[in-house]
Amino acid sequence: MNTMPNFLPALPEIVLTMGAMLLLLLGAFRGERGLALVTWGAVILLIAALVLLHRDGEETTTFGGAFVLDQFAVLMKSLTIIGSAAAIIMSDAYMKTVRAERFEFPILIVLATVGMMMMISAGDLIALYLGLELQSLALYVIAAIRRDSLKSTEAGLKYFVLGALSSGMLLYGSSLLYGFTGTISFAGIAQVANEPHPSLGILFALAFISAGLAFKVSAVPFHMWTPDVYEGAPTPVTAFFSAAPKIAAMALFVRVMIQAFPGAMDQWQQIIVFISIASMGLGAFAAIAQRNIKRLLAYSSIGHMGFALVGLASGSENGIAGVIIYLTIYLTMTLGTFACVLSMRRGDVMVEDIDDLAGLAKNQPLMAAALAILMFSLAGIPPLAGFFAKFYVFLAAIEAELYPLAVIGVLASVVGAFYYLRIIKIMYFDDPAEIFQPMPRELAAIVAVTGVLVLVYFIYPSPVVIAAKAAAHSLF
Amino acid sequence: MSDWPILSLVTFLPLAGAILVLFIPGDDDISRRNVRYAALWTVSFTFLVSLLIWINFDPTTSDFQFVERREWLSGTIRYHMGVDGISMLFVILTTFLMPACILASWQSIQIRVKEYMIAFLVLETLMIGVFCALDLVLFYLFFEGVLIPMFLIIGIWGGARRVYASFKFFLYTLLGSVLMLLAIMAMYLDAGTTDIPTLMSHDFGAEMQTWLWLAFFASFAVKMPMWPVHTWLPDAHVEAPTAGSVILAGILLKMGGYGFLRFSLPMFPLASDMFAPLVFGLSAIAIIYTSLVALVQEDMKKLIAYSSVAHMGFVTMGIFTVTAQGIQGGIFQMLSHGIVSAALFLCVGVVYDRIHTREIAAYGGLVNRMPIYAVVFMVFTLANVGLPGTSGFVGEFLTLVGAFQVNTLVAVLATTGVVLSATYALWLYRRVIFGTIERESLRTIADVNRREIVILAPMVFLTIFFGIYPAALIDITAVSVENLMIQYQTALDAAVNSALSVPEK
Repeated sequence: MNTMPNFLPALPEIVLTMGAMLLLLLGAFRGERGLALVTWGAVILLIAALVLLHRDGEETTTFGGAFVLDQFAVLMKSLTIIGSAAAIIMSDAYMKTVRAERFEFPILIVLATVGMMMMISAGDLIALYLGLELQSLALYVIAAIRRDSLKSTEAGLKYFVLGALSSGMLLYGSSLLYGFTGTISFAGIAQVANEPHPSLGILFALAFISAGLAFKVSAVPFHMWTPDVYEGAPTPVTAFFSAAPKIAAMALFVRVMIQAFPGAMDQWQQIIVFISIASMGLGAFAAIAQRNIKRLLAYSSIGHMGFALVGLASGSENGIAGVIIYLTIYLTMTLGTFACVLSMRRGDVMVEDIDDLAGLAKNQPLMAAALAILMFSLAGIPPLAGFFAKFYVFLAAIEAELYPLAVIGVLASVVGAFYYLRIIKIMYFDDPAEIFQPMPRELAAIVAVTGVLVLVYFIYPSPVVIAAKAAAHSLF
Repeated sequence: MSDWPILSLVTFLPLAGAILVLFIPGDDDISRRNVRYAALWTVSFTFLVSLLIWINFDPTTSDFQFVERREWLSGTIRYHMGVDGISMLFVILTTFLMPACILASWQSIQIRVKEYMIAFLVLETLMIGVFCALDLVLFYLFFEGVLIPMFLIIGIWGGARRVYASFKFFLYTLLGSVLMLLAIMAMYLDAGTTDIPTLMSHDFGAEMQTWLWLAFFASFAVKMPMWPVHTWLPDAHVEAPTAGSVILAGILLKMGGYGFLRFSLPMFPLASDMFAPLVFGLSAIAIIYTSLVALVQEDMKKLIAYSSVAHMGFVTMGIFTVTAQGIQGGIFQMLSHGIVSAALFLCVGVVYDRIHTREIAAYGGLVNRMPIYAVVFMVFTLANVGLPGTSGFVGEFLTLVGAFQVNTLVAVLATTGVVLSATYALWLYRRVIFGTIERESLRTIADVNRREIVILAPMVFLTIFFGIYPAALIDITAVSVENLMIQYQTALDAAVNSALSVPEK
């Protein structure tokens, strides 16, 4: 009997894919004249997917267990879509400034988003790899979207070579895993690997898969591509890279560890603790020396992934809830920050040096205030949202009795505070530099919304916490 | 009246004022004047409302009063406010000093007046919140939040080395506090709540208490500041604008002492008992060493900053004697120092506004041109020395009485600090006020104006009033302190009994 699988749970992905094809046709026929249509079409498409995602459906699996739709998936997909849509909106003004308008850009982002959503919903190794590659291939092209720019092409190539290496490792780990367990589904693997002492082959596979995933979330020691790609890629691309793909990769990381290797937690916990400490430490110390704001934010994002991994390291439901809260707040902060970076424009030139922000508080007090709030929040100072993000991951770490991890983590956050403060210092304490162009409207809106959210989050923090707890619960 | 959320009102009134100031448009002289008046009215009104807390306060109970509870962060982390005899007076101290801060900045701050006033109003909200919060997470939120406006105040409106000072202030205190945050989490997981009154009666294991105490100590010792982690304070004081110094010395330093009273003693009695000798040692060193350091300072603000560290040494010593006199004295010393050191910084601000230097050598003979200033400065100098009849005497005397009951050596060492404080304070006074005017710039210096008298007069009055009639404050704190000591002693006795009962098994 050949029965049709239930396509309904994957409806948002299907709509996005179809829509992307239509937009591609539109772009091909109308050329650059259709740019605005394609751009806003892509945004509308993403919003439609977001709405479809939230039509009320219960937790289901389909395609023979390859596609999982649970509360965790819905929440993480929503964050991913928001990140992607914001990236498209933010790119508009920039692409016009540098005369690099290409209708492929929004379409590639939509396709990457489909890949990310596949990753988040992956229920077996094949789906995992499919999603990952769909995402990665789109991202390689996006990184090199300014093909006449040396830096951009270099970033794209670098990302591709290293990304292919990590995919290879992941694939190698997956094949080992299949060989030793005889199944590709996470649930099946969990059953086999659930013995008290998982076999050496499974541990090997675990190590390779962890390495591949660590590359995707840019955790130390697989972070080397991040600063170069962040700096080389056009800024809206960097903004996109630092938001949606990070969230999707982290979600995948969480799902694989929790659902495929619950029995091997003692083993993977060591790995996660190590990469978490290394990421927090490197993120904090390496960023101090950076003068380019995109490189600085690259190291900052490495550090933040380290903090999010603290939650995963604890391996508990509260820890995963911590990861989700962290990612939610990180998304808000990072979008706002990049909207500010995208507004650093003098005449027709985009500037990227942090010293270019000098005296921003006098020239553009509102933008300076918003960026200062975001920086304090990234540093994790209460009462801003960033504090709550750190609070929940460290709470889980203490609960899991990972005291050294927690202590090193908070100390790293103090070191990290230094470079966030330096940006504030440059904006507020230094003498004004030349004034920037006025902010484009859509960027100003994003900065305003994220700034206010980060600022007033403390008044009513419980909805995010409750949603995250429910999502985390659905994984266990 | 009783179900009126008066604590939230007092806490968030300044914040409302800040939002109001935010929407005052323009940056000309008129709008700057409007901003100043809006801020002044806000803090004055807040002060008046806060007096209602004092009036309605019932000093015969050690329970928390004016309690407010609301759902906040899911589950057991709630918005919980309330004051008892220990915290109430700090709230009043905060609201009392704020109008002085705004007035002191009336003319000395000419750039970015709006941002300045907003920073101060937000700061006031956070400071009052620290003393009212009855939930650990809420407390931490306010406690750490203070760093943001203070960082900006020092960094934007500070002196020449303001960047260095602001970074040092921020990172030093943050480093201390993050360890406390981890301790708060551990307490939450152990007790299942962050409710402060509940935690006070929760028994933490002896070993856990040690770690928690150390983590809290890391935070409060930096804030206090205790030797050897005091080095941020002189830098911050010297570079901060006058009003910033007033707040630093008047309120921020008290958060450390308040923390010891609110958390360390009642929640970790065993560890407090164990570490008391450490605190005594550090306090004695602080008192003597920083007094000697103060002696050789050439900058007026730095001298007063070091004298603050020495005076805080008396506070920590008094608190950890856990005697009625010691704790009462510690609280009294904090309140008195809050007024006296704030006033001393304001006095420095008065001459700094005129001559634009804080170097002691640049002054001399001011009594010839500024007789009123000389008198005011004398009152505060003598209060700083601890002359009987001023509020400074009561606090020092009580803490020493407490210390003599527990550890004679420490008490003797601390008493030498009283002599040293007389030396540096009086020497400062002689060099600045007496002698003949030799410098050209001082020949035309004007005496205190009406605005400055309005700022300083209430402080002179209170310094002498509380010196003559200290019961006005001590009666309020008495019951809460007594309750604190009873709890502390019960916990120690229980531990001793259980330790004795083990071998019998």
